[in-house]
Amino acid sequence: MSQEYAPGTHPSLPPPRGTTGPIHWLKENLFSSPTNTIVTLVIIYLFAQILPPMVDWFFSDATFVGENRKACTTDGACWAFVGDRFNLFIYGFYPAEERWRVNLTGILLVIALAAVLWDRMPARKQMFIYALAFPFIATWLLTGGAGLEPVGTDKFGGLTLTLVVGITGIVISLPLGVLLALGRQSSLPIIKYFSIGFIEFIRGVPLITLLFVASTMLSYFLPPGSSFDLLLRVLIMVTLFASAYMAEVIRGGLQALPKGQLEAAESLGLNYAQAMRFIILPQALKISIPGIVNTFIGLYKDTTLVIIIGLLDPLGIGRASVAHPDWLGLSSEVYMFVAVFFFISCFSMSRYSLYLENKLHTGHNR
Amino acid sequence: MKLINKVFTGLAMTAMAAGVAQASTLEDVKAAGELKCVVSTGVAGFAAPNADGVWEGFDVDFCRAVAAAVLHDANAVKFVPTTGKTRFTTLASGEGDILFRNTTETLSRDVDLKLTFLPVNYYDGQGFLVPASLGVTSAVELDGASVCIQTGTTTELNLADFFRTNNISYEPVAIETNEEGLTNYVAGRCDVYTTDVSGLAATRSKLDNPADHVVLPDVISKEPLGGAVRHGDDQWADIGKWVVNALIAAEEMGVNSKNVKNLASSAEGKLPAINRLTGAEGEMGAMLGLSSDWAVQAISAVGNYGEIFERNIGVNTPVGLSRGVNAQWKDGGILYAAPIR
Repeated sequence: MSQEYAPGTHPSLPPPRGTTGPIHWLKENLFSSPTNTIVTLVIIYLFAQILPPMVDWFFSDATFVGENRKACTTDGACWAFVGDRFNLFIYGFYPAEERWRVNLTGILLVIALAAVLWDRMPARKQMFIYALAFPFIATWLLTGGAGLEPVGTDKFGGLTLTLVVGITGIVISLPLGVLLALGRQSSLPIIKYFSIGFIEFIRGVPLITLLFVASTMLSYFLPPGSSFDLLLRVLIMVTLFASAYMAEVIRGGLQALPKGQLEAAESLGLNYAQAMRFIILPQALKISIPGIVNTFIGLYKDTTLVIIIGLLDPLGIGRASVAHPDWLGLSSEVYMFVAVFFFISCFSMSRYSLYLENKLHTGHNR
Repeated sequence: MKLINKVFTGLAMTAMAAGVAQASTLEDVKAAGELKCVVSTGVAGFAAPNADGVWEGFDVDFCRAVAAAVLHDANAVKFVPTTGKTRFTTLASGEGDILFRNTTETLSRDVDLKLTFLPVNYYDGQGFLVPASLGVTSAVELDGASVCIQTGTTTELNLADFFRTNNISYEPVAIETNEEGLTNYVAGRCDVYTTDVSGLAATRSKLDNPADHVVLPDVISKEPLGGAVRHGDDQWADIGKWVVNALIAAEEMGVNSKNVKNLASSAEGKLPAINRLTGAEGEMGAMLGLSSDWAVQAISAVGNYGEIFERNIGVNTPVGLSRGVNAQWKDGGILYAAPIR
């Protein structure tokens, strides 16, 4: 018995047995040769050794509620500590009755970020204007004044501080970096040499030194009696630092474009600003996305250095907390918690950059 | 080059002018309405924030006492957390008004770093923490050991001195904070952890199994810990000095946070020394540029020296330090406050 098919209508046959399915995948990827088999088995063995104790420490044996260290009688992690200090991790020293302002700022931030980052946001044009106004709203909400109880920036700490420093740095350093990168390629000598000097100076000095200068040296240089906000100094230093690196990343992108692109733009009658805006920068920035995000992530993680100048980010809060007599000696939990927090933030950034790269993919990639 | 020289000279002159033209610290503090107090980023029992973000600890209470004496508000303190390396720069630059950060008084810090030290508030000494399994009974047996040591501290120098005098070698493992020291020690990256004995006791109590670790009997240095202020403002230094003295003297005279208000209410039938402390007699407050109840404010806010000690680092706290040499001279210790008169 054989079925007749008109030419060209025969359905595809299933692939031969053993070339699909999980078994095949295992064979192909894990046990394809004696060496691979051995490596696979060794790794499985190691996982079997490491995973159960890890799960025990993190979950099964862990203590999740308690007032102080005495509550943690098991061998596992003492998450009760993180729970007890959770508000401190989030808000730092922000006054308890004013914390709703931080929460509100957080919600507004999510909306503003969505408006900027998500291209299917409804009413995106209006939302964009809102996003531009957001920094001012946030400053007002967080520091107070004009109807709100003023809160000194020395009260900022924990996650709030990291986000304020990180996001401000990221948002301002990108345009600043673009300007510096263009300035470095400029044919006007003053602009060119200023840009080069600035970039090379900042790149030649560690961030920690700049922060130190911001916190302790500035008061020597400024006129007596004038003091300006410590957090503001940090923001300026972090932003300048990141913008110098950003400039070099973008310069890489600019140099990757053939000179013909600019010449073509000019031959169309576009002036410099138009050529940059419509031809050069869209391409250069797209090429630079991985480097830009790299700089962002670096900047974000560098916010932990603010401990040098007496501001406590989540890591600083954690370190200070484990010195409290109620919770002596729980540093592993603190470092784990902070590591997870930073991993989530940084991983989201890198996933977003991948999404952006795919979206802007126009066929030049190899 | 000439231009650069000019710029630097200009900057230096501005810096000097800034130093000279500053108003007195007392006026600055009163104008700001808060005391900027340099503390550590976290040393068990001495300074750490609690769950509500309020700083607590032995050093913290001295900050609060000064704030209470000057501003009549023990909470009018802005705490500036610093590491061992940044503490003096922070004070010198004016980012802090006074420093209480378990800091050892030494000649070079006093003279070269231009600090004025306040009376010692805790007498400490450097010791060694080792695992009991190492079988060491004295520090001189530590030849070739790797030692976790905080950088930028006097302990670093003491350690070098001790090993050199005893002709034995060691391998330093540099750490930045106490926490880091503990982590490294537990992970076995160093055989020995050395810091002040007070710190070691606290560190030992943090370990999972304190009985497996011993603090060696050798105390290799004198570490008189105390507050400090910048050179050049004697009035401010006096205020710091006499607030500390008042807290110590209060314990000696039996004045504490509970009875101080009562004792201050009238001069009748009280010891003259107590009356001078509470401001019921004499012009002590005015001489300091403070109100007459400066000491009452300080004592009612944080208690006398003994109360501060027991609340933060005493035997009933997890830090569990006994008074030892830090008892009053009458009780066999070496705390001996100069008379307030």
